[in-house]
Amino acid sequence: MAELTPKERMAIGRHEMPVQDEKVRAGNFDEVALGYSQETAIREAERCLQCKKPQCVEGCPVGVRIPQFIKALREGKMAEAVKEMKAKNNLPAICGRVCPQESQCEGRCILGKKSKPVAIGRLERFVGDFELTQRTCPLVRAKSTGKKVAIVGSGPAGLTCAVDMGREGHSVTIFESLHVAGGVLVYGIPEFRLPKRVVHAEIDYAMDCLGIEIKTDYVIGRTLTLKDILEEFDAIFIGSGAGLPMFLRVPGINLNGVMSANEFLTRVNLMMGYLFPEYDTPVKIGKKVAVIGAGNVAMDAARCSLRLQTMQSGGHNPGEVHIVYRRSRQEVPARDEEVHHAEEEGIIFDFLTNPVEILGDDKGAVRGMRCVKMQLAEPDASGRRKPVPIEGSEFDMELDTVIVALGTSPNPLVFVDAAELQRTKHGTVIADPITGKTTVDKVWAGGDVVTGAATVISAMGAGKRAAADMHKFLSA
Amino acid sequence: MSEFGKGYRILKKEILSDVTKLMIIEAPQVAKKAQAGQFIIIKIDSKGERIPLTIADYDREAGTITLIFQEVGKSTIHLGTLNEGDTVDTFVGPLGHPTEIKNYGTVMCVGGGVGIAPIYPIARALKEAGNEVISIIGARNKSLLFWEDKMRAASDELIVCTDDGSYGRKCLVTDPLKEIIGGGKKVAQVWAIGPAIMMKFVTLATRPLNVPTIVSLNTIMIDGTGMCGGCRVPLKEGAQFVCVDGPEFDGHAVEWDSLLGRLQFYRDEEKIAADRFKHECNLDKAMRRQ
Repeated sequence: MAELTPKERMAIGRHEMPVQDEKVRAGNFDEVALGYSQETAIREAERCLQCKKPQCVEGCPVGVRIPQFIKALREGKMAEAVKEMKAKNNLPAICGRVCPQESQCEGRCILGKKSKPVAIGRLERFVGDFELTQRTCPLVRAKSTGKKVAIVGSGPAGLTCAVDMGREGHSVTIFESLHVAGGVLVYGIPEFRLPKRVVHAEIDYAMDCLGIEIKTDYVIGRTLTLKDILEEFDAIFIGSGAGLPMFLRVPGINLNGVMSANEFLTRVNLMMGYLFPEYDTPVKIGKKVAVIGAGNVAMDAARCSLRLQTMQSGGHNPGEVHIVYRRSRQEVPARDEEVHHAEEEGIIFDFLTNPVEILGDDKGAVRGMRCVKMQLAEPDASGRRKPVPIEGSEFDMELDTVIVALGTSPNPLVFVDAAELQRTKHGTVIADPITGKTTVDKVWAGGDVVTGAATVISAMGAGKRAAADMHKFLSA
Repeated sequence: MSEFGKGYRILKKEILSDVTKLMIIEAPQVAKKAQAGQFIIIKIDSKGERIPLTIADYDREAGTITLIFQEVGKSTIHLGTLNEGDTVDTFVGPLGHPTEIKNYGTVMCVGGGVGIAPIYPIARALKEAGNEVISIIGARNKSLLFWEDKMRAASDELIVCTDDGSYGRKCLVTDPLKEIIGGGKKVAQVWAIGPAIMMKFVTLATRPLNVPTIVSLNTIMIDGTGMCGGCRVPLKEGAQFVCVDGPEFDGHAVEWDSLLGRLQFYRDEEKIAADRFKHECNLDKAMRRQ
């Protein structure tokens, strides 16, 4: 095929990703977005204008060589596309699925000014998935340095740091508190958005190549402390995430039927509760569910609720799932695609609504929630419009399950016996924003444990930057 | 112990009663740090649930943890079918805060049913710290009692009772407790471990006399590290997490009725899982007989 002109490229429309039908998918946990075929991926790749100064790369927290991998892809050079990708991103099959591309690479794409941006995320996923089965470009470990690196937590930050340190030839051990590796990728993000097989395959592939050891069942702060680890290792990276759920401060929070999104998602995802009783961990969902909050975790919890309701009712779901959010549609922090999918599946959004009390029955179970209507005040100094209650607008929702998805903070357990490691009043670790260096010698940190709950890719970026600095330190 | 096909080996199994079993499990990294009052989380196989069990004993040199459990639900029934040499997939710990051991003077240790297991290392440590230890152990009947000898060795005085009078005194553990603290004996602190309802009544007995009472709670739990919040326990001043703030709490601060209600939340599902497992076991046995 002859090389296309820029005009011809711009004339090609953005390719939609095939998805499972919304009625069917509401009753299963299979992946919603089905991925591009090779033909579609190449057609989509043809849209890229190969900008001299690519803005998309600027928008990527790990600086993926986007034009280069897209060029190789459309020329059919898959191994080269993988190589370009892996130069910056160790876990593309994961990022392609969970990154908020609209506010990163795709948000900067020049095509987006006149029509729609190149579907960079979908192309990344295509390349990542290809590599998981083909293994054309194994990661290579440099000559052993004899240095020992410990990584606390096997989520996105820890994994990324581990892989980069492994590539440099350091001997890497990851300590994970749960029984499987992956952190939020396995306990938080549901199967229908990020299948476990993808996470396990990405991790296994990287670990196989680099000889990285993952010690599961190690709770740092209990099984070992940071002090214990420092005695044995030359450098530590803390990527223990933000796993501590925040609860709502309203009456009724201890009623049966109220749970944190973390508990609910852990039951469903990590413990496979949706397959109870084949799997031992039960998960209970009511007919009328309210999820409080509107971030990605809230969308995940709402969509899991809907699927459980459908499965438990045998197909036709007579139940309701609400997202209760105190601000309006414009302020919803979740990824566009998740909100869109949630709406398609029939999640009810109650905007400008704030819970004031969870109501219980005489058996101590949830029977409803008292809410108040909110309105947005004029923008304050920070430009944000604060929601304020409308007097006298209280009303009761009839409910039997309340899931609280109001965010998380770092788990303090990891800091047992580590008083010298300085933290903010929010419990996050104080670390250099560029290098991830903490206030303690030989200790780095990155990801949600530093920033508070954020995205998978920003955690990966932090893991990557810390790895660079740790390598410099160990090579000095 | 972290590779695929990892496993924590059961080195010894002892049958203490029809429904109570003891297992010594190899987990050196847990044994190294374990202290009285802490617990572990165990998950039997890839489809298993994570359940908390209190540490009954530990041996740092041998690298082992001793567990005693009563077969009450699917996971404990399943665990009870495993034998020496078998392995479990996941064994995490030690979790929670250890018991605060020091010389208080005269203390009492009350263990009910399977709660005798975790009260034992606490009694022993308190005695080693120079306390006068008066212990009460009790169960529904004689067959559910165990470790009388060990408890006797760890205590200055031991009272044994059963609900039905089949062994020891015929009474509830709260009866001798009330007699002792009501009889003018100056007791500095009471530890009570057993079924939630027993712990509730122990705290009701000690409250009028203002005897500080520590209870060890065993709530529904998943990760055991503060991540899920499922184990939150309603206290008079807000909720705390059993896994990271406990498992020991001031018994007089616990909202017992709310706690008892939360323990019931998954009762239907627990029954489904247990019945299903028993049914499979019976099928299995029938197949083997053929």
